[in-house]
Amino acid sequence: MALIDTHDTILKLDDVTKVYSGIVAVKHASLELKRGAVNVLVGENGAGKSTLMRMIAGVEKPSLGRILLEGKEVEFNSPADAQKHGIGMVFQELNLFGNLSVAENIFSTREITRGLRGIDHKAQVQKANVFLDKLDAGISAETMVEDLPIGQQQLVEIAKAISLDTRILILDEPTSALSAAEVDILFKVINELKAQGVAIVYISHRLEELMRIGDYITVLRDGQITGQALVNDIDTKWIVRSMIGSDAKDFAKSVDHKLGAEAFRAEDICLPRRTGGLAVDHLSISVKAGEVLGIYGLMGAGRSEFFECIIGQHAHSTGRIFIAGEEIVARDTSTRIRKGLALIPEDRQREGLVQVLSIASNLTLASLEKFVKFGFHIAGARERSAVKDAISNLSIKAPNPDFEVTSMSGGNQQKVVIGKALMTNPKVLLMDEPSRGIDVGAKADVFRTMRRLAGEGLAILFSTSDLEEVMALSDRIAVMSNGRITTILDRADATEELIVKAASEGHKSAEQKSIRETA
Amino acid sequence: MTTATATEKAPATDSGSILLTLMKARTFIALFAVIVFFSIFAPNFLSTANIILMSKHVALNAFLAMGMTFVIITGGIDLSVGSIVGLCGMVAGGLILNGIDLQFGYTMYFNVVEVCLITLFVGVVIGAVNGLLITKLNVAPFIATLGTLYVARGFALLSSDGQTFPNLVGKEELATTGFGFLGSGRIIGLPVSIWILIVVALAAAYVAKYVPIGRQIFAVGGNERAARMSGIRVDRVKMFVYMFSGFCAAIVGIIISSELMASHPATGNSFELNAIAAAVLGGTSMSGGRGTIGGTIIGAFVIGILSDGLVMMGVSSFWQMVIKGIVIIVAVVVDQAQRRLQQQVTLMQLAKKG
Repeated sequence: MALIDTHDTILKLDDVTKVYSGIVAVKHASLELKRGAVNVLVGENGAGKSTLMRMIAGVEKPSLGRILLEGKEVEFNSPADAQKHGIGMVFQELNLFGNLSVAENIFSTREITRGLRGIDHKAQVQKANVFLDKLDAGISAETMVEDLPIGQQQLVEIAKAISLDTRILILDEPTSALSAAEVDILFKVINELKAQGVAIVYISHRLEELMRIGDYITVLRDGQITGQALVNDIDTKWIVRSMIGSDAKDFAKSVDHKLGAEAFRAEDICLPRRTGGLAVDHLSISVKAGEVLGIYGLMGAGRSEFFECIIGQHAHSTGRIFIAGEEIVARDTSTRIRKGLALIPEDRQREGLVQVLSIASNLTLASLEKFVKFGFHIAGARERSAVKDAISNLSIKAPNPDFEVTSMSGGNQQKVVIGKALMTNPKVLLMDEPSRGIDVGAKADVFRTMRRLAGEGLAILFSTSDLEEVMALSDRIAVMSNGRITTILDRADATEELIVKAASEGHKSAEQKSIRETA
Repeated sequence: MTTATATEKAPATDSGSILLTLMKARTFIALFAVIVFFSIFAPNFLSTANIILMSKHVALNAFLAMGMTFVIITGGIDLSVGSIVGLCGMVAGGLILNGIDLQFGYTMYFNVVEVCLITLFVGVVIGAVNGLLITKLNVAPFIATLGTLYVARGFALLSSDGQTFPNLVGKEELATTGFGFLGSGRIIGLPVSIWILIVVALAAAYVAKYVPIGRQIFAVGGNERAARMSGIRVDRVKMFVYMFSGFCAAIVGIIISSELMASHPATGNSFELNAIAAAVLGGTSMSGGRGTIGGTIIGAFVIGILSDGLVMMGVSSFWQMVIKGIVIIVAVVVDQAQRRLQQQVTLMQLAKKG
């Protein structure tokens, strides 16, 4: 595809590859960033967008390939290195010091000093206020960052990046926590920076935003670049096609089976957020035995928090849950697992696996009591045969169950987490983004397993931010936004438009509420 | 058999795997090295009497190090063990010498078995206090056990006003005799304390490998959040390790008093540091999740043989400290190098697979 070049290239990634333990995040990607333009990057979760940008920002080093800045090969050993070359990045997860003031955050590592008399706080506050005013943020530079709501923290992060006089500014999902008005201001600032010749890299899931602000677009799928074009030449359909690819994903065909009685019900689940408001907002839902309920939502919609409330990870959550009509009063995870709940957490590395243990030990971790003889002795033979069954049932490609679990690929690690949950013989399975960060083949295996389990009468709730996935796998689709379920659709009635619209509904009504409150 | 097939499959990484195996066996190599070194340079080092004497010294540290190993595997630390040794020694000595004054003219005496059980119970209770502080009140393990270190030492000194309980022979008519058996008795030629060490070490190694709580100790240290998500009662696991550590410390308190036939309240000062050193030397990772009882015992032997051997060679005690410190640092550096090499080898194997 030939691009009409009106802008020259400032930075070029030449055939870069990045390998983490267990997964290839970026495969032979080449990318050019244009000066004075907004370079948009899209792709599904785990496509490798963030990894690509982290290499440009000096957070990660490419395993293979070169980075060329203005034609010269460079190597960034640290984010500070990249900053020296004029590259600034606003991360998806905020990197601010909550215990310091806004001004101190903006000027951290390059404090304005008065020689031996230390930091000139007054000058810092003054300068910080200039940047904040440019963003119309309405934040005082002397406030503690931890006292700000998340949207304003994001603005602080952006102000910090702008203050660096960057030539390349990377924004990783900058609008995920911003209101519509704040997004407009951000876009105004982006246009100003563009006019000054700054190369902007813009990562987002919100397609309409990309069409509005972008100049060049690059689409990533499974770590590879699948499309590059001028935004003017394309439409959202093209983006979706490049994101999902022509080789349609191998979704397991749904086997027709009768749904049973109600297996699980949650009533009025509430979870307060630390920064105020509710992360899970009076959420009620019910699932039948043998039913697969897909929960669709954007990042920060409260899906993970909802699952964590159900499994008993949040002591201060409220609401009631029922399994097969019986209320579960116990609030601790151990009892809830014993009563038939199981959770496959979103973050496999942080919450799913014990990395130092073997594949076998990870599999049996939640169900050790099943293998115990005389009340204390783990029967090795029984454990081994159960591990063997799990490995063959879930088609885990494990060379040897005694190897460390991190020696396998991401997809197989995910299957181990699923196997661990299944070994507790659950009645209700909660799966938080079960296909995140695993390859296509493993995805198909996971989907097939989900279907098979549903056929066996298990009630499954799974969350995803992949439209195609939620449409293909669910019997019913619940859309979450801003902590609430905005709509529940039967598979037959669901269309992509309906789902996408519902996914941002929670924010709209919340905004309207806040506008009304301020008015 | 499994390791054999694994090495066959990856002949290209041979040099890496040989280095890795050497590094994994480093504690063994270190033990072998100190034994060879001292048998050449220290006179009488290999005599039976000396070996038995040394293993009695080592045993004391090994008990504490075993308790410490479990604690460190969960990602914690127990600084209070030395003080628990002191306090438990005083409890045992006080019970044998003075009994318990019941306030109305009667004094209750216990026989030696009862005295030992009560003392062990005291150790476990202090461990439980540590555990409660850490799990229920969310005090960092370092601070919580630093606090109990002072409290336990203080009570040990208060119990006798800083004096020694001397001459714990006991009285025939009160049936309090026989306390000395634990410290100086022998069964089939081996000191009783060694037999106790063997029993406790086997039990601890068994727990680590074949009992659910053992697996859970590793899981909690490896990834506490994942352990919680898997329904492991993390608080219960932590309580267990600190109580076990207190139990081990109580054993040491009893054995030392029995060896000396006297209890001194300052006994056990800075024992915790030796115990940590032995655990680390044996391959226990301070960041949690890794460690073995066997490795720790070997680590304790390396440290014990090193200090006794240096004494026999007439090296000044100041130099002994320097040497001990260097050995510990080298052990940890090698440990880190091994971890990195291991990661590289696995990554390379993964990359080759595609």
